Amino acid sequence: MIPSRLAVAAALAALATLPLWMSGVFYVNIASQILIYAVFALGLNVLVGYAGLVSLGHAGLFGVAAYGVAYLLAAGFGHGTAIFAGLAVAVLATAVFAALALRATGIGFIMITLALGQILWGLAYRWIGVTNGDNGISVATRPAPFGVSLAGSTAFYDATFVVFLLALAASAVFVRSPFGVSLNGTRDQPRRMNALGYHVWMIRYCACLFSGLLTAIAGILFVYYTEFISPQTLALASSAEVLLMVISGGSGTLLGPIAGAALVVIVKNVASAYIERWNLLLGAIFVAIVIFMPEGFVPGTIRLARLGLRAAKA
Amino acid sequence: MSALEVSRLEKSFGGLRVTAAVSLSVQPGERRLIIGPNGAGKTTLFNLIAGELRPDSGRIVLFGKDLTRLPSRRRAHLGLARTYQIITLFPRDTLLRNVTLSLLGLAPLRWNPFLPLDRQRGLIAQAEAALERVGLRHLAARPLAETSYGERRRVEIAMALAQNPKLLLLDEPFAGLSLEERRDVAQLLLDIPRGVTIVMIEHDMDVALDLAERITVMHFGEIVVEGSRAEVVADPRTREIYLGA
Repeated sequence: MIPSRLAVAAALAALATLPLWMSGVFYVNIASQILIYAVFALGLNVLVGYAGLVSLGHAGLFGVAAYGVAYLLAAGFGHGTAIFAGLAVAVLATAVFAALALRATGIGFIMITLALGQILWGLAYRWIGVTNGDNGISVATRPAPFGVSLAGSTAFYDATFVVFLLALAASAVFVRSPFGVSLNGTRDQPRRMNALGYHVWMIRYCACLFSGLLTAIAGILFVYYTEFISPQTLALASSAEVLLMVISGGSGTLLGPIAGAALVVIVKNVASAYIERWNLLLGAIFVAIVIFMPEGFVPGTIRLARLGLRAAKA
Repeated sequence: MSALEVSRLEKSFGGLRVTAAVSLSVQPGERRLIIGPNGAGKTTLFNLIAGELRPDSGRIVLFGKDLTRLPSRRRAHLGLARTYQIITLFPRDTLLRNVTLSLLGLAPLRWNPFLPLDRQRGLIAQAEAALERVGLRHLAARPLAETSYGERRRVEIAMALAQNPKLLLLDEPFAGLSLEERRDVAQLLLDIPRGVTIVMIEHDMDVALDLAERITVMHFGEIVVEGSRAEVVADPRTREIYLGA
């Protein structure tokens, strides 16, 4: 366990000091994107990994928070109000959607979340009075918390890193808590949990709200990062992409979704500069992960490393 | 007041009547054995009492409290615990975690998303005590997936006892056990204090007979014979069901 803790500490230290050793705005921005998607993936992982509920509508919730902020800023409100209202609207949407989707589990849950996500995408596309339709909404300025302007890419990266650390810490505390452990129980043996006195539905509902909150935080980071939001962000492909991040990295682990986010963002942005068919590369990587490490590449790498160590000792 | 009062309980799956007007009265502290061949409706009766199935009609009363319309989780809080015929434990977790989950189910702490569960000394100590009771304290840190079938049966019982129930439903506690393991489990059940009322299902008469004062024989969803051990064994209808004579 000790080497893996050291590795995590080293990785966090590297991320914290990234703008110092990573030269170039392009790469710092990619690092920001990775952290934003990592927060998003951590949010989805609460459902996929710990509750055993697969959602294909999370890009919709991500988009609600982003649109909420963009709309209010365009209407002349301040950053504080916009951020708070963006979070509130997205969590409220989660509360309604969870109530609908939790009528089912398994495939039923997936289909309902998919439908709800598509409704939000459709609204973003068609409700032109609010969303400006296909043209999207631009965000003119980034906030300046405690007087520090986030306009520059390094400052924005630092702020994103702080939010990411908080989201990671919240997830780490959550999974070890009695509630997190109960949520795991509802994934493995829902019927048994009910017989033991747990309110399975309510546990799942609260997990949805937590997942929605993390997703909304990521959505707000995203809209400030791109300074623009359009219906594309809410498309089914975005929901599928973040789901792939969670699953490829390792659902039900803390580091898996983060590593998955890094993998997808890097292949999408960096590899695409060299390979025209980067989608093919990403697909090939996913296939390899599914074949060799079906549990995801973070737990998979740990497993293979242990096997290697054992073989080396023998 | 009866510990458990079941009156005219009916349940059909489509055209199949699985329990037909079953009435049962169990006194506090009693050890009741329900026997009957496969398909007699014993497990369905348990599922109705525990709340995993809704009856079509009839009433279930636990210590004077009507449970008929309550979900299982509420019944657990009212002092009803059960074990399962097909073991439904948490395979990825350790024995200690399994029992801790059982204890947590009745504690308000289960809603807490902030504290680390592993540091809840009191709860962990209670879980260890429950494992001690079934002789598995030394395996507390072992993942459930790495334990034997007999050990899992005992974990089932530890989880049920950990909740300190007033009424304990045991669904075939001896199924699939070796002779030696059966003896251990039987001793375990004998050691349960009389503050706990026990209703037990068994498919096989011989093993469980010694544990019960009163025995109910079910067949095709109906109660055929009920009485003391001697009465039931002597009854020709019991022999008819079991020997087909």
